Amino acid sequence: MTDADLAHKIQVASFRRQTRQATSRPNQLVPANTVAGNALTVVIAIMSFLACLTLGAVTLVRDASRDWQLDIQREVTIQVKPVDGVDTNAATSQAADIARQTQGVSGVQVLSFADDAKLLEPWLGTGFDASDLPIPRLIAVHLTDPNSANVGDLGTRLAAVKGATLDDHRAWAARLKSMANATVIAGLAILSLVFVATVLSVVFATRGAMASNRVVVAVLHICGAEDGFIAREFQRHFLLLGLRGGFTGAAAAGVLFALLGFLVVPMMAGPDTDQVSALFGHFAVGPLGYFGALGIAFLVAVMTALTSRLTVYQHLAENE
Amino acid sequence: MIRFENVGLRYGVGPEVLRDLTFDITPKSFQFLTGPSGAGKTSLIRLMFLALRPTRGLISIFSREVSSLTKAELPALHRRIGVVFQDFRLLDHLTTFENVALPFRVLGREEPSYRADVIDLLRWVGLGDRVHAFPPVLSGGEKQRAAIARALITRPELLLADEPTGNVDPPLAKRLMRLFIELNKLGTSVIIATHDIGLMNQFEARRLVLEEGRLMIYD
Repeated sequence: MTDADLAHKIQVASFRRQTRQATSRPNQLVPANTVAGNALTVVIAIMSFLACLTLGAVTLVRDASRDWQLDIQREVTIQVKPVDGVDTNAATSQAADIARQTQGVSGVQVLSFADDAKLLEPWLGTGFDASDLPIPRLIAVHLTDPNSANVGDLGTRLAAVKGATLDDHRAWAARLKSMANATVIAGLAILSLVFVATVLSVVFATRGAMASNRVVVAVLHICGAEDGFIAREFQRHFLLLGLRGGFTGAAAAGVLFALLGFLVVPMMAGPDTDQVSALFGHFAVGPLGYFGALGIAFLVAVMTALTSRLTVYQHLAENE
Repeated sequence: MIRFENVGLRYGVGPEVLRDLTFDITPKSFQFLTGPSGAGKTSLIRLMFLALRPTRGLISIFSREVSSLTKAELPALHRRIGVVFQDFRLLDHLTTFENVALPFRVLGREEPSYRADVIDLLRWVGLGDRVHAFPPVLSGGEKQRAAIARALITRPELLLADEPTGNVDPPLAKRLMRLFIELNKLGTSVIIATHDIGLMNQFEARRLVLEEGRLMIYD
């Protein structure tokens, strides 16, 4: 083989390699990685992050409220007030016996007089003599299943015990449910606002992209492209931006949820934070929060793509 | 193929830039469109490419009355016309290969089906070693050749070229003209707008001469 042949072969191989490089991965018709595109990705990431945080907060409140309601509904309280001429201890024992015989009751705990008196310490202080006070006696009745337990029958039969009343915490549960529902609705409203803001951002960004890609649209028209083809190209461009931004925001929210789970839970083990724990449980976002964040990322991406498609059609119609 | 009858064109409320144009472009014909700068050559090219609508008169293209065309019908007609603009209109973020292959992408064809054709044509116009170069690094002549290649790649029925040899040296201009003539022999009607008298004198072809918006035809 002569030097000329060798040089020719090298040239041919180089040409083929260049050709493969040039043709192996066609560039998008709408330029990627522009300043406007990157800015929109950041906006979508922030919107997606806020939407995921809102969803996380909503699931947190909803889970805490559900736990609260379950805890409250699994227990009813019998109160036996001191009545003149009636032995309160005997009445308490009778009420406890009635409770034990009721269907769906898993346990009955009679609080001692000392325990009852201790409940008054926040108001009366420590070291007071409770023996002279007409303190009602309390019986905590634990239910196996709040739905199957015959609480109504228990209330009817307790009428036979003088001074005994039954508190099934329904008023509390109803208020709690209302509060939780209101929070969830507020969260969903915020989520909707975030989505609307995302759509508007995409509309403006798409119009900006159409203006800056006027040449691309003109050249595609020269080549005989239909509006549907142009819209598809822009839709694909914005779908990629939406996916990138959406998943970045969702990932950031997921990391924040995990950090809250790992860092805040140990900090809430102290006695000072009992009330917060009681309100928000373990302050950990459940699987719904994580899967919801993933869903939001997809939703934001699809919404971005569809919005851009519609905007492109509108833009092309206006420039007819 | 193209028929103009008493066509006039004005931009806005300005004077008519094209007046009373009446002519035919027959299938498989070859013609030069010439005239001084500002005579309206580019406007006439744009009318023939359906990028403009006439102010008055009738234009029919491929036996279709232009005034009755809907927007949805334009892409199909554009695909039958290859056009080379003075400003090339290449996309800077696409390689030379991708720019030339654009009409195939618009048609929805897969790359393996047209790769060889595009490479062959690029080599023919002298851009074989610029396949993966981007337009910003191409010279004016190279951009022009890439624009010509894009217009020719799908072998359109009609080729409209606005000053296609304006940025290339005479030997390459002659070579490109031979390419247009070959294309014409294969059945494409060719209209080349130029004011290069020397180039026109080298080839015997019909001449459409625009002067102050009016057209004279020298068969």
